[in-house]
Amino acid sequence: MRPLTEEETKTMFEKLSKYIGENIKLLVDRPDGTYCFRLHNDRVYYMSEKILKLATNIARQKLVSVGTCFGKFTKTSKFRLHITALDFLAPYAKFKVWVKPGAEQSFVYGNHVLKSGLGRITENTMQYQGVVVYSMADVPLGFGVAAKSTQECRRVDPMSIVVFHQADVGEFIRNEDSLT
Amino acid sequence: MAACSVEELLAKAEEEEKEKLKSITVHKDLELEFDVGNLLAVDKNRIDSRDVKSAKKEDFLRALARDNTQLLINEVWKLPTERVDDAIVATLPEPTTPLPREKPPPKPKPPTKWEQFAKLKGIQKKKKTNLVWDETERVARNEYNKLKNIARAQKVKIPGLGLTPKEQQSKNELTKAVSVAKTSTASAGRFQDRLPKEKRVKNTGKKRKFEPLIGDFSNERQKQLELLKVLGSKKPKLDITKAVNKQMREEDREEAAAKRSKGAGKKGRKGNVPGKRKGKAGKAQGGKRRGKPGKR
Repeated sequence: MRPLTEEETKTMFEKLSKYIGENIKLLVDRPDGTYCFRLHNDRVYYMSEKILKLATNIARQKLVSVGTCFGKFTKTSKFRLHITALDFLAPYAKFKVWVKPGAEQSFVYGNHVLKSGLGRITENTMQYQGVVVYSMADVPLGFGVAAKSTQECRRVDPMSIVVFHQADVGEFIRNEDSLT
Repeated sequence: MAACSVEELLAKAEEEEKEKLKSITVHKDLELEFDVGNLLAVDKNRIDSRDVKSAKKEDFLRALARDNTQLLINEVWKLPTERVDDAIVATLPEPTTPLPREKPPPKPKPPTKWEQFAKLKGIQKKKKTNLVWDETERVARNEYNKLKNIARAQKVKIPGLGLTPKEQQSKNELTKAVSVAKTSTASAGRFQDRLPKEKRVKNTGKKRKFEPLIGDFSNERQKQLELLKVLGSKKPKLDITKAVNKQMREEDREEAAAKRSKGAGKKGRKGNVPGKRKGKAGKAQGGKRRGKPGKR
């Protein structure tokens, strides 16, 4: 485990800012204690200082996970968000998409959101903007990337993709063994 | 009689005194041989065999031992002495008499495999005596060190010495020389073939260094916040899709407003014309929508 280098921090923040914009500040500077990002096995974990100090007692090879896994760095040093980060993305999300109850299952099974399943979308969403996907009952289901801007969404046919799937809560079951 | 007896008594007492405090000077016909380092004295004087065989044998031996010990101690007192915790200590010289060793001498080690092989082949160890002191190289090296010192004092970066020619080059130096030679091409060694089984040169790159795991948390947070400030203050670029979207939305709004204010028939015709001219799907759809109320 080690702190992130400046380069890594930048890459991760750029990715996070696609979903929560400048709200990253609220994650870095929290009034309820010191929280930090740490890299372990190419994965970024977000944890409080207290947990970090406890985790130092565990050998590096034996440590599987600490705090919340936000995502991982790929071999080409890009950053991929994991579904585990949803707890921190959902409250601060700037652009949201609500899916109809009928399309919920399809999304949770790892499919893209089609126009027919689109319930509501934040105004002014641009194309390729990172969005958090909610059910109509405001339960966060995952996140993805807007395939069409809000304007275009109104005009496209019902079978065209509106939100590209990136991660959904179904992964907690599907990728149970690899998700840390 | 009485006086005589007193004198006799005094003489007797004196004799007894003498017996108690024997003189430290001992007369010997032959000088003793000393090895003070071993606290050893050798008496080579002849001994009367009658004394040894007589009944007073014990007394004779004791007296002899005392005298010789006295001589040895006299010899010890001649040595330099010092006082250590109320005790006078003399430093003994190196022993001169060789003493036999306590343990038997070690057995010769069995020859190693190499030694056996060397004996078989008649290989003898040669000393490398072809090394010659090179005055000029030493001077050059010293000059370089001097420059290095000056550079360090002025806090200037110094270039490496590179490879200096030597009489005997080690394996490391040779591999370094090869790697330097390989990268000294116009393309920085990009097209240089490697020999079969040639190993990569190690420890040539920069070493990574990370912050401590538990370091200064406030400093870390400050750095991240500053980074966020930099990320947030990026100059806004002209986003064409965003601009187009905005334009489309505005046009939609204008058309909607115009529809409300003007008559239905006129609007329908007007709406179709700009839609065809711009040739946009969105526009055409907008025209259609407008057309509907016109039909009604």
